[in-house]
Amino acid sequence: MPDIIFRDGTVHQNQWVVVPRPDAGESLDIPENRRALIPADLWLAGREHFVGKAHIGVWFDSHDEPEILAGHVNELPVIAVNFPKFSDGRGYSIARLLRERFGYDNELRAIGDVLLDQLQFMKRCGFDTYELRPDKDIRKAAGALNFFSQGYQAATDTDLPLFRRRAS
Amino acid sequence: MYVYDEHDRQMVAERVAQFRDQTQRALAGELAEDEFLPLRLQNGLYVQRLAPMLRICVPYGMLRSVQLRRLARITRDYDKGYAHFTTRQNVQLNWPALEDVPDILAELAEVEMHANQTSGNCIRNTTTDQFAGVQSDEITDPRPYCEIIRQWSTFHPEFAFLPRKFKVAVNASEQTDRAAIRLHDIGLQIVRNDAGDLGFRVHVGGGLGRTPMVAPVIREFLPELDLLTYLEAILRVYNRYGRRDNKFKARIKILVKALTPQGFAEKVEAEWAHIRDSPTRLTPEAIQRIQAYFTEPAYGELDNASDLLAQQRFENRAFDQWLQHNVDTHKKPGYAIVSLTMKKTGTPPGDVTDKQLEQIADLADEFSFGEVRVTHQQNVVLADVRQDRLLELWQLLGPMGFGTANLNTLTDIICCPGGDFCALANAKSIPVAEAIQRRFDNLDFLYDLGEINLNISGCMNACGHHHVGSIGVLGVDKKGQEFYQISLGGSSQHDASIGKILGPSFARDEMPDVIAKIIDVYVNKRTAEETFLDTYRRVGIDPFKERVYA
Repeated sequence: MPDIIFRDGTVHQNQWVVVPRPDAGESLDIPENRRALIPADLWLAGREHFVGKAHIGVWFDSHDEPEILAGHVNELPVIAVNFPKFSDGRGYSIARLLRERFGYDNELRAIGDVLLDQLQFMKRCGFDTYELRPDKDIRKAAGALNFFSQGYQAATDTDLPLFRRRAS
Repeated sequence: MYVYDEHDRQMVAERVAQFRDQTQRALAGELAEDEFLPLRLQNGLYVQRLAPMLRICVPYGMLRSVQLRRLARITRDYDKGYAHFTTRQNVQLNWPALEDVPDILAELAEVEMHANQTSGNCIRNTTTDQFAGVQSDEITDPRPYCEIIRQWSTFHPEFAFLPRKFKVAVNASEQTDRAAIRLHDIGLQIVRNDAGDLGFRVHVGGGLGRTPMVAPVIREFLPELDLLTYLEAILRVYNRYGRRDNKFKARIKILVKALTPQGFAEKVEAEWAHIRDSPTRLTPEAIQRIQAYFTEPAYGELDNASDLLAQQRFENRAFDQWLQHNVDTHKKPGYAIVSLTMKKTGTPPGDVTDKQLEQIADLADEFSFGEVRVTHQQNVVLADVRQDRLLELWQLLGPMGFGTANLNTLTDIICCPGGDFCALANAKSIPVAEAIQRRFDNLDFLYDLGEINLNISGCMNACGHHHVGSIGVLGVDKKGQEFYQISLGGSSQHDASIGKILGPSFARDEMPDVIAKIIDVYVNKRTAEETFLDTYRRVGIDPFKERVYA
C-alpha cells in the first residue's frame, strides 16, 4: 500500500484501505483485520453498527454531499475525500464544509488523483493527510506543501486573511 | 494605483519560483501534459496555433509607465517586438518560448506584474470602467473593490479548479457601463441604498460564448463589507454544483438558468448565511487601506480651458474632430480624459509594437501622472491630461498612430486575434476588420453615423464580443471554408442585449459590401436623434434582412 503524507510533510505507512462502493445488489466487502474507509452514505445507513468502531472511517466522492454527516462527523476517526481527477475541485469545498461548518476535528484525508501541485491548496482547505498518486515523487511533497509562505485568504488553516494581518 | 507591499511581493516571487519548478518538471517528463496544462494556463500560458501565447495580467486595466517600458523590453527580448491588448484589459504576447516563460514572469514580477489566473478554470482578472476615478458621475471609485477582489481571488485554495473560467466585473456609474458587467459571470454594480449606504447590486450568470446570456440580478443590495463573503458563497455554490460533465455547459450561467435566478439566489443566500460573519468579512479599515492607494494625483487648481480650446478647435478641424470623439469630460476642472485609439487601419486592432509601448509610457509620464488604462475596446486611456496641453498631445499622437479620431465609431472595431494566431478560431478576424476599415475611411461619414460598435470574433468563444456589438461578426467554418455570420442589436451597456442573427453567413470578400448595406438601411430609416441601436430597436431586423439578402 502506498505511503501517506502528513501535513508537516513527513511520510508514514498507510493504515487505511479504501473500500469501493459495492455494485448494485452487492454488499459492502469490509476486509478483516484492516482499518477501512467505506462510502459515507453506507456508514450512515449502518451507523448503529459502525459507530464507535475505531477501525471504520468513511470516504466521500467529489459529487457527494457532506451535509449527510452533519452532527456525526466526530464519530469518525478518518474522513477521506476522493479526487476522481485532480482538476475536479469539488473536494476542496467538501473539505472546508467538513471542517468549518460541521466542526470535524479528526483526520481528513485526500485520496484519488492527488498530485504534488495541489497539496498546498488541500492543506489550506483542511486536509491533513494525503495519499499521493503512486507515480509521483513523494520526496517532493514536503516542499510542495509549503511552497507559499502565506496566502491572501482566510481558509481552514487561518482565521486571518491578509487584510486582517495587515491591520494588526 | 495599487503598490505592492512585502506580502504581495513575496507571493508573486514564490509563484514565479513555483512555475519555474513546474516548467522544469514538465520539460523533464515528470508532469504529464494534462497535469501541466492547468498549471501553465493559470500562469497565462496557452499553446497556440503557431507558438505559445502568454497572457499577462493588467489588473482592472491599470498600468504604470515603468510597467509599459518593461513590457516593451520583454516583447523585444523574448518575442517579436509587439504585444496585443485584449478585450479583458490584459496584454498578450504571441510568440514566447515555453522555456523562457519563467524568466519573463520574473521580469514582470520586478515591476509588480504577473500572469496569474489569466487563463484556466479559475477566477480571472477583475475588470472595470476605464474611466474609473476620473468621471464625475460614478458613485465611488470601483478600483479599490477590484483590488480587494484581486487579492481575495489570487491563489484561492478552494476555487483553483472550478468547472470553468470565471470572470468578475465592477461598475460604478449609473449612466454608463463601460465594464459590460451584465455579460460577466458576476457583475457588480456599485449602488447606494435608500439609507445612503454603499453596496453592490449583484448580477450572476452573464456571458458570451456559445450560449450568450445577460446576467440576471440575484441580489439588489449587498452591503459593502459583505462583498467577499458573498462572492465566496456564490463561488462555493458554483464549485459544488456547476456542471463538470460538459465543457460547453460548465459556465455559471448554465447553472443559474437550470436553477432559475431565484433558485440560484436562494442557494447562495443559504450558503452565505453560514459564512457572512466569518473572518472573510471585510472591515472598514481594510477597505480604507486599499482606497488609500487610489487617491487623486497631484492635480493643479485649474479652470476649464474653454476659451483656449474653442480657439484651437476653430483653427484646426482635425483637432476639433479628435477632441469631440476621443476626449471625454473629467471630474476635475481643467483636465480631460483622452483615449488613444489602437485602431489604425492596417494594424490589427489592439496590436502595439515595443516602440509604441515606450511611446505610450513617455506620453503617460509627460501628460498623465505616469499612468494609463487599457480598455476592453482594446484602446489605451490617458486619464488625467491638462486641457491646455491637449493640442500638444494630439500633435504627438498622429505620427505615433494613436490619433485616429474614430473612438466608438464603426471603425473602432473590437477584434480577437482570430485565425491568424489563435488555435481555437474558425476563421480569421483581423483581415475582416481591415477590409471594413478601408471601406469606411471617410471620417465625416463615420461621425455622421454616430456610435456603432462593430465587434468581430473568429469563433464561438466570442473573445471579440460579437454578441454585444451593434453589429457583430462571427467567423464560422463551413466545410473547411471561412464564413462570417452577422448579428445586429447587441449592447454591453446597462441596456445589455444579445444581438440577433441576421441570416446565412457570407464569404470574407463580401463583408465590406454587406456592412455597407446594413449601414444604408440605418441611414435611410433613422430619425435625427437615433443611434444605430435605437433605429434597430425601433424597426427590427426585417428591413436589414430584406436589403442584405435582396
